[in-house]
Amino acid sequence: MDPQSLLPLPPATFHILIALASGDRHGYGIIQDVALATNGKLRLSAGTLYRSIQRMLEQGLVIETRDRPEPEEDDERRRYYRITKFGRDTATAEARRLTQMVRLARAGGIVTGRT
Amino acid sequence: MRFYRALLHLYPTSFRNEYGDEMAAIFAQRRRDAANPLSGAILWIAVFFEILFNAFAVHWDILRQDLSYAFRTLARTPGFTATAIVVGALGVGATTATFTMVDHVLIRPLPFVDPDRLVKIAEGNRAAGYSWSDLSPANFRDFQQRNRTFTSMGAFQGSISVNLAGEGDPQRIDGSAVGAEVLPLLGVPPLLGRYFTADDDREGAPGTVILSFTLWQGLFGGAPAVLGRKLLLDDRPCTVIGVMPRDFNFPNRNARLWTPLQLGPQAFENRRSTYLYGIGRLKPGVAFETAEADLKTIASQLAREYPKELANMTSAATLLRDELTDQSKTMLKALLAASACVLLIAVTNLANLLLARALNRRRELAVRAAMGAGSERLIRQMLTESLLLAVAGGALGVAIAVSALPLLVRLIPVSIPIAQLPTVDLRVLGFALLVTCATGIGFGVIPALRARRGGDLTGLRDGARSGGGRREWLRSVLVAAEVTGSVVLLVSAGLLIRALWKVQAVDPGFRPDHVLTLRTSLPMPKYWTIENRQPFYSHVLSEARSLPGVTGAAYISFLPMVMRGGIWPVDIKSRPQDEANRQTVSIRYVTPGFFSAMGIPLRMGRDVAESDTRESSPVALVSDSFVKRYWPSEDPVGRQINVANFDRTVIGVVGEIRVRGLERNSEPQVYLSYKQAERVHPFYAPKDLVVRSAGDPAALAPALRRIIKEADPAQPVSDVRLMNEIVEGETATRTVQVRVLGAFALVAFLLAAIGIHGLLAFAVSSRSQEIGVRMALGARPGDILSMILREGLLLAAVGIVIGAGLAYGAGRAMQSLLAGVGPADFETFSAAVVLALVMTLAGSLLPAMRAVRIDPLNALRAD
Repeated sequence: MDPQSLLPLPPATFHILIALASGDRHGYGIIQDVALATNGKLRLSAGTLYRSIQRMLEQGLVIETRDRPEPEEDDERRRYYRITKFGRDTATAEARRLTQMVRLARAGGIVTGRT
Repeated sequence: MRFYRALLHLYPTSFRNEYGDEMAAIFAQRRRDAANPLSGAILWIAVFFEILFNAFAVHWDILRQDLSYAFRTLARTPGFTATAIVVGALGVGATTATFTMVDHVLIRPLPFVDPDRLVKIAEGNRAAGYSWSDLSPANFRDFQQRNRTFTSMGAFQGSISVNLAGEGDPQRIDGSAVGAEVLPLLGVPPLLGRYFTADDDREGAPGTVILSFTLWQGLFGGAPAVLGRKLLLDDRPCTVIGVMPRDFNFPNRNARLWTPLQLGPQAFENRRSTYLYGIGRLKPGVAFETAEADLKTIASQLAREYPKELANMTSAATLLRDELTDQSKTMLKALLAASACVLLIAVTNLANLLLARALNRRRELAVRAAMGAGSERLIRQMLTESLLLAVAGGALGVAIAVSALPLLVRLIPVSIPIAQLPTVDLRVLGFALLVTCATGIGFGVIPALRARRGGDLTGLRDGARSGGGRREWLRSVLVAAEVTGSVVLLVSAGLLIRALWKVQAVDPGFRPDHVLTLRTSLPMPKYWTIENRQPFYSHVLSEARSLPGVTGAAYISFLPMVMRGGIWPVDIKSRPQDEANRQTVSIRYVTPGFFSAMGIPLRMGRDVAESDTRESSPVALVSDSFVKRYWPSEDPVGRQINVANFDRTVIGVVGEIRVRGLERNSEPQVYLSYKQAERVHPFYAPKDLVVRSAGDPAALAPALRRIIKEADPAQPVSDVRLMNEIVEGETATRTVQVRVLGAFALVAFLLAAIGIHGLLAFAVSSRSQEIGVRMALGARPGDILSMILREGLLLAAVGIVIGAGLAYGAGRAMQSLLAGVGPADFETFSAAVVLALVMTLAGSLLPAMRAVRIDPLNALRAD
């Protein structure tokens, strides 16, 4: 699969991929991770999260994993998600695309900062 | 928490089952995190809208997926897809178009204020057998003054026709003369100007006229300054005092202007001179039946007061909205039944198609279910697919309905004052779409439902191809029902065709070919006396006869079948009649040469001659039926009759003609010399010119116009028609009826053939293994062929037997349309049965051929 095929990614999808990049997470874990990473600016709702996850499962960006963390941290109910190789490639491609955009913006003088 | 779970039901079931618990857990976590009641409330509000939005988004995602899946699967089976769409479209289209029209004519209110309170009033005559005829002014006046059940009552003259000059070329315009009460009681205010007042309606009042919207647009381009303009109507100056709105039609759709009735005292003298209709508005709270009884009482009073003239008088009344002949009503109902039949067949066919498809897809569904697709998702997928088919069929159906309406509208008699043409009725369209969709959904979802009932793993097992007894049986019933429906429609259409042929075969009594006719209505009083008219007729006729190819030309009061009335009581010398029961004849003034120009045989005696003037003794020619009525075994020539105010000597006998049309009995005809009437009633003045030509009669029209313009430049020419067209017009309604019902029958026929083909094709493909075995065991192709054909014929036989029974009932119900053709007409039934058999064979042939060509080895090896 071509990682370019899904670009541009919806912001929620991108955030979820980034959250999963550092390890398997369950739903609430993803929400917390995203909130932390964005200083609380983006709090994914449960509906948006699972709608995105459902689509991402179909697109093959993530899979549901059967590996469980340590028993004391586990909750019977929770489902854990893992990023796939395709998911990782896609996230990288999206990041590259965004970097390119920022570069263009700088060249155009809209934003200032390190080149 | 319970509320949150309830909200989750907005999501599709599959999504809720998958993620519902997780989402509830997250929500619980969030609630715990919420520090105070205020942020708790904010959380609730946010969650509420978040769920609304996301649930919609998830549904939308699924719909998009299902739609693209449906497009792909439907595109893989283009034959099935096209058939299903066309079948649905035919059902929706036929039903919508027909119901729109029936609704428009029978159910829609008339374009008047409170139209259900309007009553049309006439008189009848028990002895003559007329239940409905015009009123005399005096009788109308008595109804108007003595009744206690109407708030208002007015008289009008059904249709008048005037020469209009003063704006552009002179032209002939149809209109209606109305009493001052008529327009106000209808309740539609004029668009411009005012109604007639009692002053306008007085005899001798200055001429006034109200224009229809169309005439106003045509003459004045819709200029508002039209009020006060003067028009010449039959040479009489009339001031335009009003314009009626666009949708106003009264008393029929042809009326383009209205003039006041202006009855003078002499109009009230003769109670037997009947030329008016009454219209009244019921008093509030008065039932129609009460008013009808009221009028009956007045009629019997009048019969007692004037026993000489009115001994047998009765009253006649009908609600204006019911004023449609029983024949038209029967036809509309027949059409409605026929379209219901087509819808039924279409729906049955669709159901059958979907069932067959579902059987073929059992394995696909079983595989998908085994792979974990929830039954809810499968059902939803099938629903989307069925709806897609139904919507596509519906859209095509609307196109069919829109293009069929103009044809259907020709079935509405022009005498009904409804507004404009009907537009496709949305409720009906909705109904037909609903039925089609319901069928699509009902039969499209069955297989998915079966897949849900767990144990349908049989679908995965080998040899799961056969239809399964029960459903095969259901499909056979559906096909038999289709054959039944199409037989009913074929027979009905066949009966109407037979009736049409029968009417077309009626001899009109004259030879209509090669005859051109046109009308020059000479305005009165300019042409009142024969001395004034004579030069006009002489010039036109002698010039017309000298045109190349013309073999005869003459004038007559009215053409047969165009004017059906013109009736006068007749007295035979030495045979005194009961004054109240006088027998009537249709009278016509003719110029010499009329009979040869029309091709009416002169049986004995002589034609009228130019020498039959007012100075010589009055003469008359009579028709065959006149002779049969009065002198069946005597020589009629030389006998005396009294008709049209004179004693007249019979000088000849001519062939009988169908004055009242091909389907009705006419009064005996009496022809009078055009010169033997000093001041003929303008109504009877000869106005219709007939010209017989050896060549193409239509080519004579320009020359005739020129000749008439030479005779009187202000004289309009109207109704230029071939006599052939007039006779064909007699059967025009029937022709349209046949076409519409024939189209329905054809559609039903095709649908039933498709149905039979579909059923057998499926049977053959699912039984290919069995057929292969049979062939391997030595069955010859002929055996296989007859096995398949037998199956088709059995279904057809059941359908034909039931259909024939129902068709007989349908024929009885529409007997009034059949012109005497029996509802059990043998030829029609035989033809329908043969057609149904041909259809069955045609439908069975392809599957049977395929069965014969099955290769036993391949069939056994498959799977």
